[in-house]
Amino acid sequence: MPAPSDILQYVISGATLGATYGLAGLGFTVIFNTTEIINFAQGEFVMLGGMLAVFAIRWGGLPLALAVLLAIAVTTLVGVAVDRITIRPVRGRSVIVLIIITIGVSIVLRGAAMLLFGKDTYPLPGFSAGEPIGFLGASLLPQSLWVGGITLCALAAMKLYFDRTISGKAMLACACDRKAASLMGINVDTMVTLSFALSALVGALGGAILAPITLTSYDVGILLGLKGFAACILGGLGNPFGAVAGGVILGVLESLSAGLISSGYKDAVAFVILLTLLFVRPSGLFGRRAAERV
Amino acid sequence: MAGWTSRGHRLGIAAFAAGLAVLPALLPNEYYLTVLIVAGFHTILTLGLNLLMGYAGQISLGHAAFYGIAAYTTGILTARFHWPVPAGIAAGLALVLLVSAGIAVPTLRLKGHYLAMGTLGFGIIVYIVLNEATDLTGGPSGLTGIPKLGLAGVTIASDLHVYYVVWGAAFLLFLLAQNLVRSRLGRALRAIHTSETAAAVLGVDTERYKIGVFILSAVYAGVAGALYAHYVTFVSPGSFGFHASVQFVTMVVLGGMGSLWGAVAGAVFLTALPEVLRAIEDYDILLYGGLLILCMMFLPGGLAEGAERLARGVRVLAAGGTPAASGRTR
Repeated sequence: MPAPSDILQYVISGATLGATYGLAGLGFTVIFNTTEIINFAQGEFVMLGGMLAVFAIRWGGLPLALAVLLAIAVTTLVGVAVDRITIRPVRGRSVIVLIIITIGVSIVLRGAAMLLFGKDTYPLPGFSAGEPIGFLGASLLPQSLWVGGITLCALAAMKLYFDRTISGKAMLACACDRKAASLMGINVDTMVTLSFALSALVGALGGAILAPITLTSYDVGILLGLKGFAACILGGLGNPFGAVAGGVILGVLESLSAGLISSGYKDAVAFVILLTLLFVRPSGLFGRRAAERV
Repeated sequence: MAGWTSRGHRLGIAAFAAGLAVLPALLPNEYYLTVLIVAGFHTILTLGLNLLMGYAGQISLGHAAFYGIAAYTTGILTARFHWPVPAGIAAGLALVLLVSAGIAVPTLRLKGHYLAMGTLGFGIIVYIVLNEATDLTGGPSGLTGIPKLGLAGVTIASDLHVYYVVWGAAFLLFLLAQNLVRSRLGRALRAIHTSETAAAVLGVDTERYKIGVFILSAVYAGVAGALYAHYVTFVSPGSFGFHASVQFVTMVVLGGMGSLWGAVAGAVFLTALPEVLRAIEDYDILLYGGLLILCMMFLPGGLAEGAERLARGVRVLAAGGTPAASGRTR
């Protein structure tokens, strides 16, 4: 039987990882709500957040904070470009066409990162120096506090955006009913572009805050994207805050199973959970409505 | 669809068979034969995946896993437990059938993208298991000592014979798929692709058809994988990862979803291309991604549609018109 402090340690590191899954999941949700597209390139936004920050420091010599902001800004622009170049011209085509295009986009982004940055794994410095903090026998990395704090701030900002701003409400309106929204004078095309931007932004944020803990490389996007999607399903697809909660739960389960069962199989945990959930409860833990059945 | 009359259709099949039979005699050396054999594995898999993508409108990002499950099952049973090769292959296919049903039932009951994500996750699980279950699979360094294809003591060792076995299987599976899509099942699948709701209203059991075609496409991948294992006699996880799954999807998309001829063309073309363009080794993934995007945006029917348009243009030119005047009739 492992000591309680070990368990606590697994929970802490799992929740830290899970925050990034949650942010990736949040990105899926934002795009899904306005377009009903599952964006397979979501994980690449997370990868770009980490990798661009690393290379803004290595090549541009930027200070860390500026590098992270630049990485997030550039990834957001990539999100806009993805929508304008590849998604908008094929709007209204069948689901499979849109899926294939986002898969193509994810491969191109990953391939471009490989050619540009190489196949090595890179560290990003922690956001603040300092020793791990002891906490009930477990140790807490300062970066974990950053991850938790930034994730909560991002959530609060999203909440304000959707509740208090015209464009946030317009985006929600598109999520409810695109045709009605467009009849009310909302420019749905703009809202779709905006949702890609927002989703790239939160994805990149998740990637940048996680990189100091897990290191990053050009190919981290596949797994992070998938786990983000699993987080979405866990929280109920379409529910942004459920996605973040789902991500944290997923991260904790993954970390516990790595610690207590086998670390080799830890990446499989997320997908076993995903498949099980799809089987027994496709609407997720916090899902309000049932997922659409045939 | 042009050339869909039964006479043209029979001619096409006959030409395909004749072409396959004489092709080896036209090759300058053995190397081309190995490329063609590999293209045969890919063709079998792509035919199945095309049934799923082109006719049921669903996408699998884990078909390399089915390819791998069959390859490893027969590999392990024949190399480690000395099962006869046909028994190993049968066991591999049976396992693929079971596993694919396990994926299909939860994900295909739901509408939309769940199968894509489910299969993507599944593919990664299989890849992890192949790497981690070292005692059984040999782990990352692979499984060696798989016997060559053979039946009742006769080993099929020469590349030429393997070529005929592989492409013979591909040809039969092509005919099976062809008959399937022209049957009641094929019409039901096309109806599902066009509108699932409309199909359901008309009494098509959409869920059962989709599950059925997914399992069938997985079994096609299994056939390819089992033959592959006994041809190369060595398998390692690298051949069955996400990259491979994407490669197969690209073959279907490039060839043309919903065209079985396109599936053959896409598989052969994308197998031969990297051989011709050695220089693109590291860039091939970019090539696949780019092809996926460009095809979907500009040529959703793939090579099959391209060929059809070209043929129509030529006919119009021959009749004295301009290709632009022909327009698109669909």
